[in-house]
Amino acid sequence: MTITASPPLRRRRSPRARRDAWRGWGYAAPTAAFVLFVFILPLLLVLQMSGSDWPLLGGNQGLNLPDNYVDAATHRLFWNSIGFTITYTVITTVLLIGLGLGLALLVQESTRWKSLMRTAFLIPSALGLASASLLFYVIYSPYAGPFADLMKAWGFTFLGSPQGALFSTVFLIVWRYAGFYMLLMLVGLQGIPDDVYEAARIDGASRWQTFRDITVPLLRPTFALTTVMCVTGSLLAFEQFYILTKGGPDNSTMTVVQLIYNVAFQGQNDLGVAAALSVIVLAALIVINIFQLRAFRRPDES
Amino acid sequence: MATQTFTATDVLRVDGPHQRPTRSTGARIAAGMPFWVLTTALAIIFLYPLIWTAISSVAPKAGTSQVDGWGLGNYAALAHYQAGIWVYLFNSLFVSLLTVLLTLVVSLLGGYAFARFAFPGKNMLFLVTLAILMVPYATLLIPLYVILNAAGLSNSLVGVAIVLTMFQLPFSTFMMRISFESIPRELDEAAMVDGCSTFGALRRVLLPAVKPGLVTVGLFAFLAAWNDFMAPLILITDTNRMTLPLAVANLRVQVQGVIDYGATEAGVVVLALPCILLFLLLQRHYVRGFMSGAFKG
Repeated sequence: MTITASPPLRRRRSPRARRDAWRGWGYAAPTAAFVLFVFILPLLLVLQMSGSDWPLLGGNQGLNLPDNYVDAATHRLFWNSIGFTITYTVITTVLLIGLGLGLALLVQESTRWKSLMRTAFLIPSALGLASASLLFYVIYSPYAGPFADLMKAWGFTFLGSPQGALFSTVFLIVWRYAGFYMLLMLVGLQGIPDDVYEAARIDGASRWQTFRDITVPLLRPTFALTTVMCVTGSLLAFEQFYILTKGGPDNSTMTVVQLIYNVAFQGQNDLGVAAALSVIVLAALIVINIFQLRAFRRPDES
Repeated sequence: MATQTFTATDVLRVDGPHQRPTRSTGARIAAGMPFWVLTTALAIIFLYPLIWTAISSVAPKAGTSQVDGWGLGNYAALAHYQAGIWVYLFNSLFVSLLTVLLTLVVSLLGGYAFARFAFPGKNMLFLVTLAILMVPYATLLIPLYVILNAAGLSNSLVGVAIVLTMFQLPFSTFMMRISFESIPRELDEAAMVDGCSTFGALRRVLLPAVKPGLVTVGLFAFLAAWNDFMAPLILITDTNRMTLPLAVANLRVQVQGVIDYGATEAGVVVLALPCILLFLLLQRHYVRGFMSGAFKG
């Protein structure tokens, strides 16, 4: 084998390449330190904690397998919270993707008025989820909100019943995120080449046919991305429920993350069981994401 | 999926497929009526909660800190709540600015390393950094609570900033990497031929060129840190070290179960105002951030 001056070989051998490697690590060192100590280490620790007896105060009290997992899976709210979280996730995902696409189609062209509308729809996305939840906490209030008199007259409350609490929270989330999903859809729409539409128009396709046969299929990557984002985000819902309902009424809006929080820091104070719940959620999310990515893969990529 | 970047103007000026044939102005306006009504109604729905809260925070209302008339009574109540709004504002600003600083430094250096140097383990490190996105926030906070305690950073704003920086790294490292990669290598190579060190080339030649990327990264880090609720909720127990969202949320659990809705409204306004102003000022960077975040390869 003759040694030629091909770039990969030279890069591996020359002193300059070795200097490059050192420099590269030097610049990447802060990233590596953060990843190692604030990401990898806690990831390993949560695994260890999930198998240990670990009260909130007192630290590691020794191995506790498989009790933590048994306790987690037999917690009286475990299946309830999973069921509720899935219901919530399906509703928000369908609504946000539908509304995101609807809004995007509505304001797609670049007239001044439509740009203005886009900004209006996007403004709630600038708020933090906790701020948005607090805002709606007041709006839904039967004492101070804009619907207080209406509630008194008609005898209902937004957060008082399980269904009311669910849909009030969903409304808040749609309000906060619809503009964000509109933006993602706009980018997807922009990626569809104009000549495809041109061809459809020449063939005399109606608006509906164009939408069904061109826009929707060609938006597939965007649908994949938005679905994965929305499902992942909704399965981890916490702030909105912590602030609006605290999981109530009667534990009807208890999400999985709220349950983890309660087990760890409210009453039970059991970090071991909370860690076991976390590991279950982590594993479930990885499986769900693999499944989603596979389902959305184009047939030709197999 | 190909790595693409979009600028705000790309997205905010998308030309739709259906260009209408030119008609007389009157006919166009008439034909557009349903559309105008619909978009206006939608915009009102999106803006109404914000406007109602802003107005209501200064309006006279029973059951709040200002029954008698229009004014800043609700804000005054907020100022005197527990440690006082100034302490919470300071805490929030401290955490946010420290997070921005750490995120900028780490992702600037990291992005430079990933874009310009070949080193063993490079792709691995990059992938692990992106993998932070796949791991639920909530599941990491419990072990982080234990680790920060062990490191003597329990109940510490610095600890919160470190955690928030870590969660910013996937987006910001990715963003800085593509920022550096979009600059031709000849630029810094020329600087090095002229005698610059790699750091000199970074500081003098590349830094100005990646400024838009840095603004985007900084904006996102600030908003994320300013708005974050869960990390301080779990990592901070001392009332004097709470951040603003936590303090405002705590208004709900005041003594005797009486909720000060007026002060809550004022708190929401204080929380939301900087976000909305930053959004309107830096819309271009905000949109670009969404785009590059959305199209990670």
